[in-house]
Amino acid sequence: MISQRPIYLAVALGSGLGALSRHLLSVAALALMGPTFAWGTLVVNLLGSWLIGFYAALTEPGGSFAVSPATRQFVLTGFCGGFTTFSIFSLEALIWLQQGRVGMVAGYVAGSVTLWMLAVWVGYLQGMGINRLERRAR
Amino acid sequence: MTGMADAIPSVNLAPLSLTLILLGGALGGLARYWMTGWVSASAGVSFPWGTLVVNVSGALLIGMAAAAWMPPGGLSEAWIPMWAWLVVGILGSYTTVSSFSLQTLILLRDGRPMQALLNILLSVTLCLSAAALAYTAVRGVIGRVSL
Repeated sequence: MISQRPIYLAVALGSGLGALSRHLLSVAALALMGPTFAWGTLVVNLLGSWLIGFYAALTEPGGSFAVSPATRQFVLTGFCGGFTTFSIFSLEALIWLQQGRVGMVAGYVAGSVTLWMLAVWVGYLQGMGINRLERRAR
Repeated sequence: MTGMADAIPSVNLAPLSLTLILLGGALGGLARYWMTGWVSASAGVSFPWGTLVVNVSGALLIGMAAAAWMPPGGLSEAWIPMWAWLVVGILGSYTTVSSFSLQTLILLRDGRPMQALLNILLSVTLCLSAAALAYTAVRGVIGRVSL
């Protein structure tokens, strides 16, 4: 039985840092790209999906990097979870719906889900590719 | 503030905001960890119910928060710390896209495409409806109270 305390600490720290990084990236996106589209949310959800696929593949049992459960939860449940957000994504869609931008909402939702799935798939394949190279080198 | 900045309050880079987002994010992540664990323990792990419950309940709460503090003219200065802590920090971190993506990918990898599709459709439709319903309900209550 693994003690839960390091896991809780890892999840809290990772989530806090993830949320802070998301906010900083959103502020930067607003400054660079302007307020007409939710670039910040799209980018964090894409990057977070890529990272979780990549890291989950690398650190799975038999993967290239053996890490402690707390370290794994720090990155997966903590950082990736706090960094990405489904609630702010939903709120943005709702606001555009209220403004009557139905086509934009449909495009944002369908496009986002497609891109998230592509990102996590690419990350996972890259991680598995490194695992294979590592196994061959051993 | 124009356009989207009117709609989604742009919380600034003030040290207070950043601290509140860090602390709120940590709390939201812990709540997500606890909630997904609790749901998985009761509903099983063959379908990612935990993440679905977290995302739908987070969307419901963000709809309520938006109805309460986000008037059409934008967020008033006084509510910015509250918004940073509760919405950007706690609710932003409580919900997750990364786990949703990974769990959907794993369903696909394990040869369960219909369940992957179901997870996508349920997540999108339930989250958007939850946010819209909560927003409308709270706006209705506020409208009746202030009459």
